[in-house]
Amino acid sequence: MDIVSTHQKQKMHPHKFVMWIAIGSIIMMFAGLTSAFIVKSNQTNWNPIDLPHEFWFSTAVILISSVTMQLAVRAFKQRAMTTYRRLLAFTLVLGLVFVTLQWFGFQNLWSQQITFSGGGAGQFLYIIFGLHALHVLGGVVALLVMFCKAFFGKTKLYSAVPVEVASIYWHFVDILWIYLLIFFLIIGG
Amino acid sequence: MSEAMNIHPGTTAAVAVHHDGHGHHQSFISKYIFSQDHKTISKQFLITGIIWAMIGGLFSVLFRLQLGFPDQSFPILETFFGHWAKGGHIQPEFYYALITMHGTILVFFVLTAGMSGTFANFLIPLQVGARDMASPFLNMLSYWFFFLASIIMLTSLFISTGPAAGGWTIYPPLSALGEASAGSIHGMDYWIISMAMFIVSSLLGGINYITTILNMRTRGMSMTRMPLTMWALLFTAILGVLSFPVLLSGVLLLFFDRNLGTSFYLSDIVVNGQILPNEGGSAILFQHLFWFLGHPEVYIIILPAMGIVSEILSVNSRKPIFGYMAMVGSLFAITILAFLVWAHHMFVTGLNPFLGSVFVLLTLLIAVPSAIKVFNWLTTIWRGNIRFTPATLFSIGFVSLFISGGLTGIFVGNSTIDIHIHDTMFIVAHFHIVMGVAAFFGMFSGLYHWFPKMFGRYMNNTLGYIHFWVTIVGAYLIFWPMHYQGLAGMPRRYLDKSGWASFNQFTELDKMITIVTIIVFAVQLMFVFNFFYSIFKGRKVNKLNPWGATTLEWTTPIRPGHGNWEGEIPEVHRWAYDYGKDGRDFIPQTEKIGENESKH
Repeated sequence: MDIVSTHQKQKMHPHKFVMWIAIGSIIMMFAGLTSAFIVKSNQTNWNPIDLPHEFWFSTAVILISSVTMQLAVRAFKQRAMTTYRRLLAFTLVLGLVFVTLQWFGFQNLWSQQITFSGGGAGQFLYIIFGLHALHVLGGVVALLVMFCKAFFGKTKLYSAVPVEVASIYWHFVDILWIYLLIFFLIIGG
Repeated sequence: MSEAMNIHPGTTAAVAVHHDGHGHHQSFISKYIFSQDHKTISKQFLITGIIWAMIGGLFSVLFRLQLGFPDQSFPILETFFGHWAKGGHIQPEFYYALITMHGTILVFFVLTAGMSGTFANFLIPLQVGARDMASPFLNMLSYWFFFLASIIMLTSLFISTGPAAGGWTIYPPLSALGEASAGSIHGMDYWIISMAMFIVSSLLGGINYITTILNMRTRGMSMTRMPLTMWALLFTAILGVLSFPVLLSGVLLLFFDRNLGTSFYLSDIVVNGQILPNEGGSAILFQHLFWFLGHPEVYIIILPAMGIVSEILSVNSRKPIFGYMAMVGSLFAITILAFLVWAHHMFVTGLNPFLGSVFVLLTLLIAVPSAIKVFNWLTTIWRGNIRFTPATLFSIGFVSLFISGGLTGIFVGNSTIDIHIHDTMFIVAHFHIVMGVAAFFGMFSGLYHWFPKMFGRYMNNTLGYIHFWVTIVGAYLIFWPMHYQGLAGMPRRYLDKSGWASFNQFTELDKMITIVTIIVFAVQLMFVFNFFYSIFKGRKVNKLNPWGATTLEWTTPIRPGHGNWEGEIPEVHRWAYDYGKDGRDFIPQTEKIGENESKH
C-alpha cells in the first residue's frame, strides 16, 4: 500500500488547477475595479444610472448558456459526440448573442448622454462590463477551438479535461456577470 | 483500486505535458527560441533581465552624475543624448525620464521578471521533482509576453518626446496629462501598454508556478519536505497573481483618462489658465490601486531572495536550516501582511489619522516575521562549517542589508516619522538597501550557486570575491549617507538642490556617492563579463553534486535534457536539510530513512 500514490491520485488535474488560479486572478482585477467604484460613489459629482433592459436579456442568455455548456460536458462524458458538438455550438452562439446584447445596452446608455466625459457610474460601467464582455469573447474563442477540434481533429478525444476546464471558465464568467449586475443594481443605482 | 494506486505521481505530468524527451531532434528555434523547457525559459528570463539591469544601472549612473556634479558639463553626454543633455548638462525632462525608467526597469523588469522568471522557472520543477511546469506552453508564452513588454518599453526610450517621466509610481495627474510632462505625451501610453503585457506575463508565470508546486510534486515530496526556495517562490507567485491584476485595473483606468476623456483620476484641473473638462476624479484613488500592488510588489522582489538565501546558507554551513516551520510561517505571515499595509505609502495624502494608525500597526507587525527570519539565518550559520564561496558571501551580505534596511523600515512605517521624511532621500536609502540591493544579493547568490546546474560550468571565484566586496562596501557607501540627507529634509527626485543653503553641507558627500556608484557599476559589468565568459569558458563541472546539497536538482545529469531525469523521477524520503546528521556530512532527499537514524 503506497499511501503517497493514493494521495497524489486524488489531486486535481494541473490544467484545472491552473484555471482556478487564473480565475482568482481575474476576480482580483474586477475586485480592484468595483472597489474603485465604491470609493468613487461616495464622493461628490457622482451620477448614478439605471441599467437599460438589454442587460436583463443578456442575463437570461448567459444563464441559458451555462446550462447548455454543462449539458455539453455531460454529453462528452457519455461519448454522445453529435449532441456534444451541437451543444458546444449552441453555447458558442449564445456567448456571441450575449456580447451583442451588451453592445446594444452600451448604445442605449450612450444615447442617454451617458458618455465617457463627466464623472459618475457610467464610465465605470463601460469599462467593467466591457472587460467582462472581453472575457466572454475569450471563452467564445476557446469554445471555437474545441469545436474545430471536435469536427476536424484527426485523433479521437477521450480526455474530458479540456472541456471541463472550458466549462469551469464559462460558468465563472456567468457568475461574474451575475455579481456585476447585482453590484450595479445595488450600488450603481 | 490497486491499479489506480500505483499511478506514479509524475505520470499525470508526463501525460498532460508531452516532452520532447532525450535525444529527440530539435531545431535551433524550438530548442533555444520558442522552447517550452523550463530551464531554457529560465535562462531567457535571466539574460533579458541582465540586459535590463545594465540599462537600468546605466541610467542611475547618469542621474547620479547630475546629482553629484550639478554644475559640471559632460560633453560626452551631449554626443550620445543630443538635446536631452544640451551643453553636457542633463536636462530636467531627461532627468525625470531617467529616474522613472530606472525605477520601472529595476523593480519590474529585473527584480520581478528577472528574479522570479529565472529562479522559479529553473528551480521549481527541479526541486519538487517534476519534468516541467504544469503548462509548458503557458510558460513559454509568459516569457514572450515579457519580451514583448520589453520591446515596447525599450521603444519608448527612443521616441522624440521621451519615455514616461512621472516617477515609477506614475501618479496622476502628472502621468495623465501631456501638459504636465513631455514623457506623459506618448511615453506614458507605451509604459501602460508595456506594463499590461508584463502583467499578463507575470500572471501566466505565476499560475504555473503555483500549480506546479501544489500539484506536481514527486512521490514523497510532501509540502514540509520542500526546500524553502519552493515555499518562498510559492508565496511570491500567490502575491503576484492576486496583486498584479489590481495594478492592471488601475492603469487601465489611467489609460482611459489619458486617451478617452474619462475622469477617474482627474478633477478640477487648470492648465495655463484653461480649465480642463474633467470632473469628479480622485488622484488618491490611483494611489490606492497602485499601492495595493506596489506594496506586495516589494515582497514579490524580496521573498525569492529570502528562499535562495535560506537554502544557500544551510548548504554552505553544512547545517540544517534553523526553524524550518518558523521560516515557512514567517513567509506566510509576510504574505498576508503584504496585502494589508499599502496605505503606509500614503500617510501624507490626507489619510484619516485613525486609519493611518491601523496601517502603522500592521506595518510594524511585519518586523516580527522579518526578525524571525533574520534570527534563523544567523542561527543557521552559527558554529557551522561555513564554506565562504561567493554564493555564501552574497547570502550573508543579504542578511546584513536586510537588517540595515529593515530597521529603517520601522522608522518609515511610523506615520509620525514618515510625515517628516516622506519623499526624502531617507526613503530612497531605505528601500534601496532593503529591497533593491538586498534582492540583488539574493539573485547574485543564487546565480553563483546554481550556475553549475544551469550551464554545466563554474563561474570564476576570484572575480566573484571582487564582485562581492566592492558591491557590499559600495552599496553601504552609496546608500548609508542618504539617510542623513533625508533626515536633513533633502527631497528625492529633485534635479538640483544647490539652491538650498541647508543642503550645501552634502555637496561633497553627493560627489562621493556618485564616484562610488560609477565604481560599483563597473564591477557589475565585470560580473556580467564573468557570467558570459563562464558560460563558454568556465571550469567544467565534473561531478553531479558539486556543493554536496540534499535537494533533487543535483540528482539530474550535469546537463539535464528536457524532462530533467533520464529514468523515473526519484522518490523523496526526507526533508531537504539533513546536513551533519549522525556523523554524515549530508543525506540526499532521495535516501530512505535508516532504521536507527536519529530524528532531526
